[in-house]
Amino acid sequence: MTAIEQPAEKWVGQAMRRKEDPRMITGRGRYVDDMVLSGMLYMAVIRSTEAHANITSIDTSAAKEYEGVHGVFTGEDLHDLASPMPMAWVPPGVEVKTPELWPLARGEVKYVGQAVAVVIGESKYGVVDAAEQVFVEYDPLPVVCDPEEALAEGSQLCHESLGTNQTHEWSIGGGDMDTAWAEADVVVERRIVNHRTAGSPIEPRVCIADYRAGQLTVHLTSQNPHLIRLFMSGELGIGEDSIRIIAPDVGGGFGVKIAHYPEEVIAAWASRKLSRPVKWTETRSEHMSSTIHGRDQIDYIKVGAKRDGTITGLECTAICDLGAYQTLLTPFIPSFTGFVISGCYKIPNLSFTAKGVITNKMATDATRGAGRPEATHMIEIMMDQVAAELGMDRLELRRKNFIPKEDFPAEVAIGIVYDSGDYHGSLDRLLEHVDLEAFRREQAELRNHPTHPIHRGIGFSTWMEICGLAPSRVVGPSGVGLQAGFYESSVVRVHASGSVTAYSGTAPHGQGLDTAFAQVVADRVGTTPDLVDVQHGDTGAGPFGLGTYGSRSLAVGGESLARSAIKVAEKAAKIAAHQLEAAPEDIELVNGKYSVKGSPDKGMTLAEVAGAAYVPENLPEGMEPGLEETTFYDPENFVFPFGAHACIVDVDAETGKIDVVRYVSVDDCGPAINPKLIEGQIHGGIVHALGQALYERIHYDENGQLVTGTFVDYALPSAADVPSFETDRTETPSPVNSLGVKGVGEAGTIAASPAVVNAVVDALRPVGVTFINMPLSTQAVWSAIQEAQGKPAPGDPGKQGGTWDEHGSGSAGSGPTSPSEGGGL
Amino acid sequence: MARPVRVSLRVNGVKQTREVEPRLLLVHLLRDTLGLTGTHVGCDTSNCGACTVHLDGQAVKSCTVLAVQADGAEVTSIEGLGSEGDLHPMQEAFWEHHGLQCGYCTPGMIMAASDLIAKNPDPSEQEVREALAGNLCRCTGYHNIVKAVLSAAEATRRQGVSA
Repeated sequence: MTAIEQPAEKWVGQAMRRKEDPRMITGRGRYVDDMVLSGMLYMAVIRSTEAHANITSIDTSAAKEYEGVHGVFTGEDLHDLASPMPMAWVPPGVEVKTPELWPLARGEVKYVGQAVAVVIGESKYGVVDAAEQVFVEYDPLPVVCDPEEALAEGSQLCHESLGTNQTHEWSIGGGDMDTAWAEADVVVERRIVNHRTAGSPIEPRVCIADYRAGQLTVHLTSQNPHLIRLFMSGELGIGEDSIRIIAPDVGGGFGVKIAHYPEEVIAAWASRKLSRPVKWTETRSEHMSSTIHGRDQIDYIKVGAKRDGTITGLECTAICDLGAYQTLLTPFIPSFTGFVISGCYKIPNLSFTAKGVITNKMATDATRGAGRPEATHMIEIMMDQVAAELGMDRLELRRKNFIPKEDFPAEVAIGIVYDSGDYHGSLDRLLEHVDLEAFRREQAELRNHPTHPIHRGIGFSTWMEICGLAPSRVVGPSGVGLQAGFYESSVVRVHASGSVTAYSGTAPHGQGLDTAFAQVVADRVGTTPDLVDVQHGDTGAGPFGLGTYGSRSLAVGGESLARSAIKVAEKAAKIAAHQLEAAPEDIELVNGKYSVKGSPDKGMTLAEVAGAAYVPENLPEGMEPGLEETTFYDPENFVFPFGAHACIVDVDAETGKIDVVRYVSVDDCGPAINPKLIEGQIHGGIVHALGQALYERIHYDENGQLVTGTFVDYALPSAADVPSFETDRTETPSPVNSLGVKGVGEAGTIAASPAVVNAVVDALRPVGVTFINMPLSTQAVWSAIQEAQGKPAPGDPGKQGGTWDEHGSGSAGSGPTSPSEGGGL
Repeated sequence: MARPVRVSLRVNGVKQTREVEPRLLLVHLLRDTLGLTGTHVGCDTSNCGACTVHLDGQAVKSCTVLAVQADGAEVTSIEGLGSEGDLHPMQEAFWEHHGLQCGYCTPGMIMAASDLIAKNPDPSEQEVREALAGNLCRCTGYHNIVKAVLSAAEATRRQGVSA
């Protein structure tokens, strides 16, 4: 049935409008905070105001007397939980020191924002009032904030019982570094800071837990509902069969809604205790202090090259600030940096070491890109730095070291096999959009303007990434050491009337996968996308799934659906053959009909076949009724998207202010299922990285106090801070899955930050700035210019624990809210 | 708790009278008392604009308005702007141009943008960007939002001419 295994694609490839949108543009979306259950109570959380302290007393008596309060609970009350919060990485041969994190603090706190007690009551406002009547006394302990100081001999310890602040050391490499340095004519070393950020979906985290007579239902803002069910089953001692987790419309995740959080455990525990549904809605300040952060690596990187530009080796030691406790994937995230440490380049000798460090801060974990933006950032910064050292053109250096198209599938020195790529091709395409010679002329004219000189610069990032998580045997317990499989489940169910429900174990939250999945399924079963309803995110509605993250949903979840759909089509073809008295191999799916080859008039629609399948009077001998198929698809390999980006900036050398004037991208995620969705992911991904490069930074002061605790201080880019984008694509299919697709959700974020920084350095080389760390606040840029010109300037903007003024983390001057406070508000 | 205060207002054309706590925010009146959950809360500090509604024809952030301040006012929330089958040009344009992903900022974004084109029927790209600077979106990178707003402005102008 070749005709059905490779159906003509009618819907795949079309820039269809999204199926999700009609409810969302009319205010009829269904987010967790929109839901109300009868008898529902509200929960407010009392959080630590200290970065490191022993709790000497908690007085809950006044709060308990507050009107409408049903319960006030502390860590002691939750003594019956069977296990602490999970951390899922147990790498073979490496010990990861993992301090126990309980949902409510037990006698000590290790970061500002750690949950200490909860108040549960009838009124949303009332529980906040009552929470103010909970009095916690702390005995402060020394605070460890700087990860490098934390590793030093004799440092204060965050967790005395561990005897060290280092969680683990993990390495990956290949070739021989002595050879790398011996063969090199130049060796360039840099300290590249990839500072701490907040994922900041606009929807905060929310949960509603409803325990009724042995059955627990939790509505949760989650990218990962099936795993959350498994964890809660263990913690609460309730069978997985009796727990249902539902992630309805979820207002963005960016990685921070993968992890399993204390509040959902507390709400479920309290619902069982109080026999009432319990709702908790995070405030933005709670989000900044108590939802996982991202990045936070200090990368000591060293690259050797021959005079002709051949790179001989790359070595990096990453100091990774993991915070006070480890959440679901915390210590594993830096390993992802190691997986792509070769970038787009053929580098014979590689060495990457991650050192995990505990500090008195919130945990870091997966945030859009999760380890891979850190890799691209340092590699692409270094390509420019090495080119400058060699006096070579930056793009020529890149081209010289690109893995050539004909080498794919290509194994890099660390042993990972890249599936497909055409790195020269994407850079060539980029330069069709960017006329470099014209740019250099324009740059010189602007610089030499007699009265108003402008420093304009261009920066590039030629990037690749690893995604499509993941082949279970590679990533699982005996491989990299994650304690799970990474396949994806799907069910394609054709109803008796011919319409289709497609269930996926992924948990999309804005990506538009309801639409993309419907396009994939429609082509394969012979219907239209409007007749395919896509369901996900409900553990009660389909088989166990692994969720949405790591740009996996299309490459793994979509492929799983494609396979279920093909199985349905194969069964449909057999039914049609039987009914039409033809041989099954003579049935082809053409124009929505299962027809006999050569007799296009003789055929059955999907609805006709479904009718026959559900009223089984005339099915082939031995065939079961119904038309429904299930797949658990475990990929053979990851997929490896890539591309080339260019950023043009203007820098005001008097103030340090940066304007991004143009941004051009060429990306390759394989053949498009829906080009509209790809463009949207790229735009959003780029701005996420521009935010980190220019504005955003989670900042703790030297006492471990969070300085950037609201959107007033933590500066997300607004529409006024970014340009429109010029995006283009090339299409290099992946051989890993039948759709040929690679992921795209993280691509823009993985690509963009070095393009911005390289552009700023290109603009400022004439004034002596040759290297600078993010975030490029006006203060940081101005200081770098001052320093380059031998004038005194404040310290290193990337260093932890300095003063607020030193870092200017995006408030005055560089803040995105500066141009206007909104439409006439 | 302070003594409840009576508030009368018209929301999406429907007259409503409620006894409310004086500190009740307009956004909570809409969401919790009236069940109009299309208006969202994203930040608590009036930065994100997810809670934007029209108060007597002006876009306001309803997390920064007390319900009692809306006494006697006309409030339009996203549910009152247009409905499935009768979409406002701004809603239509957001759909057509993929101006939303997770949809959480979308109601506020649409309310702020429809206020803009009511006041400035022919905005430049820069004017759109500056008018929306008080509405944060983490998904779209704003590119398609801006495209949608410019397209809705054009569609509205065309309708005005033909009408």
